[in-house]
This record gives sequence, structure tokens and C-alpha cells, in this order.
Amino acid sequence: MLQIEDLWVEVQGREILKGINLRIGPGETHCLFGKNGSGKTTLLVTLMGFSGYKVKHGRILFKGEDITHLPINERAKLGLGLSFQRPPTLRGVKLKNLLALYSKESDAGSELALAYNFEDFLGRQVNLGFSGGEIKKSELLQLLAQSPDLSLLDEPESGVDIENLDVICAMIRKLLQKELRKHRQKSGLIITHTGLILNYVNADRGHVMLNGQIYCHGNPRDIFERIKNYGYEECAKCRLFEQGFKI
Amino acid sequence: MNYSENYYDTNDLSDEDLLETFTPASEVEGPKDIGEFEEEELERLKQTGIDLTTPDRTGTFIQTNSSVQKCDCESPGVELLPITEALKKYDGLKDYWWKLVSAEKDTFTREADQELDNGYFIRALPGEKVIYPLQTCLYMRNENIAQRVHNIVIAEEGSELHIITGCSTHPHLKSGLHIGISEFYVKKGAKLTFTMIHNWGENVYVRPRTGIRVEEDGVFLSNYISLKGVKSVQTFPTATLAGPNALARFNSVIVAPEGSDIDTGAKVILKAPGSRSEIISRTISFGGRVVARGHLVGLAANIKAHLECQGLILAEHGVIHAIPELEAHVADVDMSHEAAVGRIAQEEIEYLMARGLDEEEATSTIVRGFLDVRINGLPPELNKELQEVVEECHKGM
Repeated sequence: MLQIEDLWVEVQGREILKGINLRIGPGETHCLFGKNGSGKTTLLVTLMGFSGYKVKHGRILFKGEDITHLPINERAKLGLGLSFQRPPTLRGVKLKNLLALYSKESDAGSELALAYNFEDFLGRQVNLGFSGGEIKKSELLQLLAQSPDLSLLDEPESGVDIENLDVICAMIRKLLQKELRKHRQKSGLIITHTGLILNYVNADRGHVMLNGQIYCHGNPRDIFERIKNYGYEECAKCRLFEQGFKI
Repeated sequence: MNYSENYYDTNDLSDEDLLETFTPASEVEGPKDIGEFEEEELERLKQTGIDLTTPDRTGTFIQTNSSVQKCDCESPGVELLPITEALKKYDGLKDYWWKLVSAEKDTFTREADQELDNGYFIRALPGEKVIYPLQTCLYMRNENIAQRVHNIVIAEEGSELHIITGCSTHPHLKSGLHIGISEFYVKKGAKLTFTMIHNWGENVYVRPRTGIRVEEDGVFLSNYISLKGVKSVQTFPTATLAGPNALARFNSVIVAPEGSDIDTGAKVILKAPGSRSEIISRTISFGGRVVARGHLVGLAANIKAHLECQGLILAEHGVIHAIPELEAHVADVDMSHEAAVGRIAQEEIEYLMARGLDEEEATSTIVRGFLDVRINGLPPELNKELQEVVEECHKGM
């Protein structure tokens, strides 16, 4: 589904990503852990193709196609979708209008809103005065209408209260076809700080990002346990250890 | 305030020169009745919110140049007269005539005082709640004339009335001057919605001078929509909230194509405790210049007032000048403002592109939303008309 090869990215002249390699197969869900400022969000928005994120080296393959320099909307059309951590406010633009634009079926938006208890927001201006949790819900609702093959989710659970966490995670499971066991096609790459999401959404692999590089790949629950117990620095050492260095 | 001193003077003509340039409307004969209007003129009026075919109107007033072609009102709850007749009938309208706007305010008020063409008088009788809007149209049909009107609107105690005013020029007319004095009286518990749509020629000068007085529990809602090119507009209605819990809200949607200079805004004086006001403007420059003013004056305790100026510059050389002013004379007030001008944020466009829209679709979605202001309190039939006008405007973009 997605293959990232030795990706180096600069933002405003500063090197943020330093040689990222990552491969996500069809139907797989991956989690990305890492401290604030380690480059996780940069990776996601670079995959989506936002301006200001300059690829200096390496390439991004999506469904076998090199999308490294493709415009944002063409990536979206190929099946890439992003749920933003802090999306902009669109004054006067109503959520229901966006949902109608994104989904192929005319009333899919209101059905989705009904299913996830968000009807009251259909007439609201997008993100204007939304709480943290409401923003996440609105983002996931838009992604559900768009129905991408690979969902990039930037901290979907941050700022969400416990009551709404259930709903958010149900939306993510739907997005990633978690109800299917054998023929699951939809993939996901989820940035998580709290790891809470692992209790609700099954993830296949985890990765730790530190200082613009990916250290350590493995079982996401194991990785998260290690981070909880020993901190992120341990992951850096751990990789060195794997590579045969003595600490 | 003397407008010629305090407003930017980007016009090539002084106020006095303007009056000299144009022929008084009274010297040019208007049509006898609306049957003389051509198809394209009726279409033009429709784009300005004036529909002569729909049954969903309480009444219609049409003035072309200086003469009145139509002045009919079906509702017994509303009195509609040409202002010249109302002045005779009500002995000069002594309590209302030049009471909210000073005849000595500037060159244009003096001109209207001395050389009145006509105007409308509308009075909603006490307790009458009128469902369908009343439409009034001030139309300039001949090239290079100066139309001078004076309107009085009275919403008596407990009444409710919606007025759509369309101000327009003949589709092929380029140049003219419109001077419009309007005085609105919203009495105790009354509600008046006033939607004004401007649709002028590209070399037309427009000088409205407007005063509003709202009494206890009264509501005044103003919607101002100007989407087409015009040489120069200067308007700065001033509302006084004179009674407790009075409310005034001004919404405007203004598009300035290249060559247009539109200086608009509103001033609200919150004199009584518990009174509230909101001034919201959305302006777009396609190369023209917009001054978006707002001045809130808090004179009493427990008032609440908010001002919002949002401007988009969508073409080179466009200018948007937002001037929000808050003036509080007592401590116990809740007054705020926000203003933002500039281009559409790249972030917003990319946000929508990330969901699959191309750049053009993303931009037009944002612009459509931007123009679709929270014209809360707009009755559904008016809302539909605004939408139509907005769509119309999109075709031209």
C-alpha cells in the first residue's frame, strides 16, 4: 500500500526527517510513537503533500505509484486521507456541505452523523468553536465520507474525553475495516501519544520516531510498554544494541 | 462628521462637483407605469431582490428617477405612501422628518433637504406582524442623473415587518448619483428587518445617509448586500439603542470589483442598559477598495456588543481597510471585536484539497462559505434570494 524509501524532508530550511523507511501493507494498521517535535506530524503532512514540506531525498510510493511530487488532491483521489491534529477554521462553510462534497452518496453525511451522534454539528461552520473532541469527530466523519484506502491519523484521541473515546475509536475501526478479518483492505498510520488507542483499535506494528528517524519496529503494545517503563531514550539505545553496538 | 474631510478621497470629484455633474432626476421624465419596463430591466430588478411576479410580497413601491410607478400594499397592517404624500397627510411628519439624520450633516443631506425627488413612507401599525416582506425599489433609468430620496420607516409598538430594498440602475446605464436619506423608528417591542441590495452601474456614486432609533425590546436587523461594480459608495448608518434590551444587528456582504470604492460600516450607540449589538461584515476585493468600518459606543451598563470585519483580497491592487472601533464609557460592558484581512489562507485550501477537491473547487467552497454570512434572523424567503444573488455573483467570478 505505502512504501517510504529513505525520505529526507526540510521545513523552512531545517532538516526534520532524516532518512525514513517505512512499509505498510494492505489491511495493516501501524502506530507511530515519539516525543513532541520528533517529526511525526511532518511525516504525515509530507505524505499528504502539503506545501512547505520539501522532499530533499528519497521517495514515496503509494499503490506502486511514485507520489513524491504529486499535488495534494491527486494523492487524495488515489486513496490517501489525513485526519488533522489542528485543522483550520472555515468560516461560513458548513460541515454538511463538506460531507456532501466528499461522499459519493448524497445523504451519506447525515447517515454518518446520525451513526456517530454528531447531527447537531452538520449545520455548524467547520471547526468554529469546536472543542478538541469535536474537532477529532468532525475530522473522522469527513474521512469516513471520503473513505480513503490509507488513513493517516494525527493523534486522533488527544483532547477527547473518556465518553467520546469510545465513539472516536468506533469511527477509526470503521475507517480501517476492523470488522473484516480476512478481506480487510484499508490501512492506517496512527500517531499516538497516550497509547490509549491501542486498547480500542488493533494495531499490527509500531514504530518509534526520534529526532527525524525511525528507531525500533515491533509489536505496538510491547513498544508502548517499553516506552512507558523506560522512556523514549531507551528506544534509541535499543536500536544501537540491535545493530551490534555495545552500550 | 464631514465626510469629505474624514473619508479617503479617491474620487476625482468633490461633493459639490458631483452635484454639478449630474442632472436632477426631476428634470428627466420617468416612465408612466411599470408596463414600460423592458424584459432586461425586470430581470435586473429581480437580481436586485425586486420581484414583480411573486405573490409572496406584502406590497411594492417602485420609484424610477423622481416619479413613483407603483405604490401598492395589500396588508391593512401596513401603510405605504410616497414620502411626498405622507408629508402632506401627516403635516410634515414633524416627529420623524430629519430627526435621526441632520439636514445640515453634509452637502448631500442639504441637497436632499432642498431638492427632494421622492422616497417612501412605510409604517407598520401597532401589533401588526407582517409575514411577507414589503419590497421597495429605487431605480435610476437615465444616464447622468442625480436621484435624491428621503425615506421614513416606522415600526409601531409590537409590530413586525421585513423590507427588501433594491437599489439599481438601468442595465446599460453607466453613470449617476444616488442620494438616499433614511430614518428608521423601531418602537417598543417592534422588530424591523431591512435588507438592502445594491446593484449599480460601474460609474455610479452612492451617498446614503441613515439614522435608526430602537426603543425598549425593539429589534433592528440590517442586511446589506452589494455584489456588483459601483464607482463609489459612502454609507455609515448610525443606530441609537434608546430603550432597555434593544437590539441592532448589521450584516454586510460586499464585493468590490476593480474600480469600485466602497466605504461602509455602521455605528451603534448603546444608550440603554441591556441593549445589544453586532456588526458583521464580509468583504471581498477583486481589485477594488473597501473600507469596512464599525464603531460601537457603550454608554450604559450590561450592554453587549461585538464587531467583526473579515476581508478577502482576491486580486492584485485590491485594498481592504478594516476600521473597528470600540468605545466604552462605563466599566460594566461586554464589548469585543475581531478583524482579519488578507488572502485565503493556503492552509485552508490545502485542507480541502487533502479531501480530494482541486484548488479551484477548494477556493470557491471557501469563498462561498465566506459570503454565506450568518445572516441570522433573515426570513427563509430572503435567505433564498440572497443565495440566488450569491450564485449569480459566482457565475460572474
